[in-house]
Amino acid sequence: MARELKLMKGNEAIAEAAIRAGADAYFGYPITPQSEVIEYLMAEKPHERTGKVVLQAESEVAAINMVYGAAGAGKRVWTSSSSPGISLKQEGISYIAGAELPCVILNVVRGGPGLGTIQPSQADYFQSVKGGGHGDYRLIVLAPSSVQEMADYVVDAFDLAFKYRNPVLILSDGVIGQMMEKVYLIEQRPRLTDEEIKQRYAWATTGKKDGTERRVITSLALKADEMEAHNIHLQKKYAEIEANEVRFEEFQCDDAEYVFVAYGSSARVCQKAVQLARSKGIKAGLLRLITLFPFPKAEIGRLTGQVKGMLAVEMSSGQMIEDVKLAVNGRIKAEHFGRFGGNIPTPDEVVNALETQIIGG
Amino acid sequence: MLAKDIIKPENLVYQKTKLMTDNVLSYCPGCGHGTAHRITMEVLEEMGIGEETIGVAPVGCSVLAYEFMNIDMQQAAHGRAPAVATGIKRCYPEKFVFTYQGDGDLAAIGTAETIHACNRGENITIIFVNNGIYGMTGGQMAPTTLPGMRSSTSPYGRDVDMMGNPLKMTELVAQLPGTSFVSRQAVHTPKHVRKAKKAIRQAFELQKQKKGTTFVEIVSNCNSGWKMTPVQANKWMEENMFPFYPLGDIKVPE
Repeated sequence: MARELKLMKGNEAIAEAAIRAGADAYFGYPITPQSEVIEYLMAEKPHERTGKVVLQAESEVAAINMVYGAAGAGKRVWTSSSSPGISLKQEGISYIAGAELPCVILNVVRGGPGLGTIQPSQADYFQSVKGGGHGDYRLIVLAPSSVQEMADYVVDAFDLAFKYRNPVLILSDGVIGQMMEKVYLIEQRPRLTDEEIKQRYAWATTGKKDGTERRVITSLALKADEMEAHNIHLQKKYAEIEANEVRFEEFQCDDAEYVFVAYGSSARVCQKAVQLARSKGIKAGLLRLITLFPFPKAEIGRLTGQVKGMLAVEMSSGQMIEDVKLAVNGRIKAEHFGRFGGNIPTPDEVVNALETQIIGG
Repeated sequence: MLAKDIIKPENLVYQKTKLMTDNVLSYCPGCGHGTAHRITMEVLEEMGIGEETIGVAPVGCSVLAYEFMNIDMQQAAHGRAPAVATGIKRCYPEKFVFTYQGDGDLAAIGTAETIHACNRGENITIIFVNNGIYGMTGGQMAPTTLPGMRSSTSPYGRDVDMMGNPLKMTELVAQLPGTSFVSRQAVHTPKHVRKAKKAIRQAFELQKQKKGTTFVEIVSNCNSGWKMTPVQANKWMEENMFPFYPLGDIKVPE
């Protein structure tokens, strides 16, 4: 299949890839460092190219609820924002998870808390994988570490969202969103017709035909037993996701004595740190997480039988390390190293942390 | 003449619309919601558009509207119904989409969504039931609670210096270029029901013609929240609510 090669920003690449993936609608609100997403979509006129709806909402709150409405009617719909805006969307995300609607949400993370900074960060890990909004729910969380993966993962994200009727979060950051790299783009996939949506998604509110049951999109169950049964159903789905969808990539782990655990931009830094450590005679490797939920617990468990220590590298003050330590379960040393508040660790700092916190620690 | 001789299709003068389910309404006796539901569904049935309509239920007393309205429905987060309706309508411009919202939902927490949907001229119909109080949560002050009116959070009466003035959302959205038809009605007497139904019909007819947002307020009662009998509540509504929220069309298409 012919694949088109372009030089693009991460934010532009994901916008173009979403059009080509056959997305029906995008609802968003500008915020740095991800405004290029809606700017690109508006400039590209996908409503003329493919019929895709693009609308700038009055707020992130409204945008995510527009997503709820379109998703409830069976459309492939997405939104994007950055950290403070993602916080605003949490109410809607909880409703979407509760009502089991498929959609894709992009977070191009910036430093926080509060208004924070516009520089890149990975401090939204807890918000992404532990819930974010209210209630017992999980998002499928994909973490791209290149412009190419911004384009690739949005295609996967729509497939996963519809496979499990669950919101999928693409957890990116200001580096991946803003930097330019070459990217191979897929050919345009046709959008589903309204008739195809009706046939494929019996749950979608597309208008009740006479003699059929009405469809209701809701997250409400006033009776405790009903709500508990719904929660048990959701937990079964999350267990199925954990069993089937764990994704990661390993770099020089075969003979490694020490492993960096990282995702997104930090994984790019760690790749260089592996080379640097090996030039100093330290057998280092990298476990790069692609899915943050489901978390690769089994693979980390397996590696504890091989390596002497793990360094979780994250642009936060230490969030992912909690899941790494749970998976390590005390068998080997596992520590966190991070720069945060908009700063990015250098490979030198990472190798130094490995030497002082893990090898010499 | 026996009953079986009388009960024949040709003698039938009225029956419940098929677009209402047989579920028992969860509303208090005397509440206007049941009537507002019924006339909305009757309009859809009479226009023959029930199969092409998606309704959006709010948070509040009518959160369970989807249990009673026999069409495809989505339940929205508190105040977000106009945004949810926007998402549906933008993807299905040929379908009919409406929201059914109370005053807490539409005029407090959902003010931004309401004003912006109306300002964009989203081609949807908004049915706004205003009873001047938060009914479901137990009678707290609403943005539409009248000056001096008692509620559980204004137990000595709404003090406008401290609590602000009631918000006339209907007059407000009538100012916006995106709305084509804005009307305020009531459903407490047969005469008012007929007028309200006519307004709802016009709202959906204009939606069919893609004329932008249509908005029908129904000033209603809340005898439980107001701590009155249904008869007292209707009388109080006529004497106090109608002077502040006058009935009639506020904006009609040119």
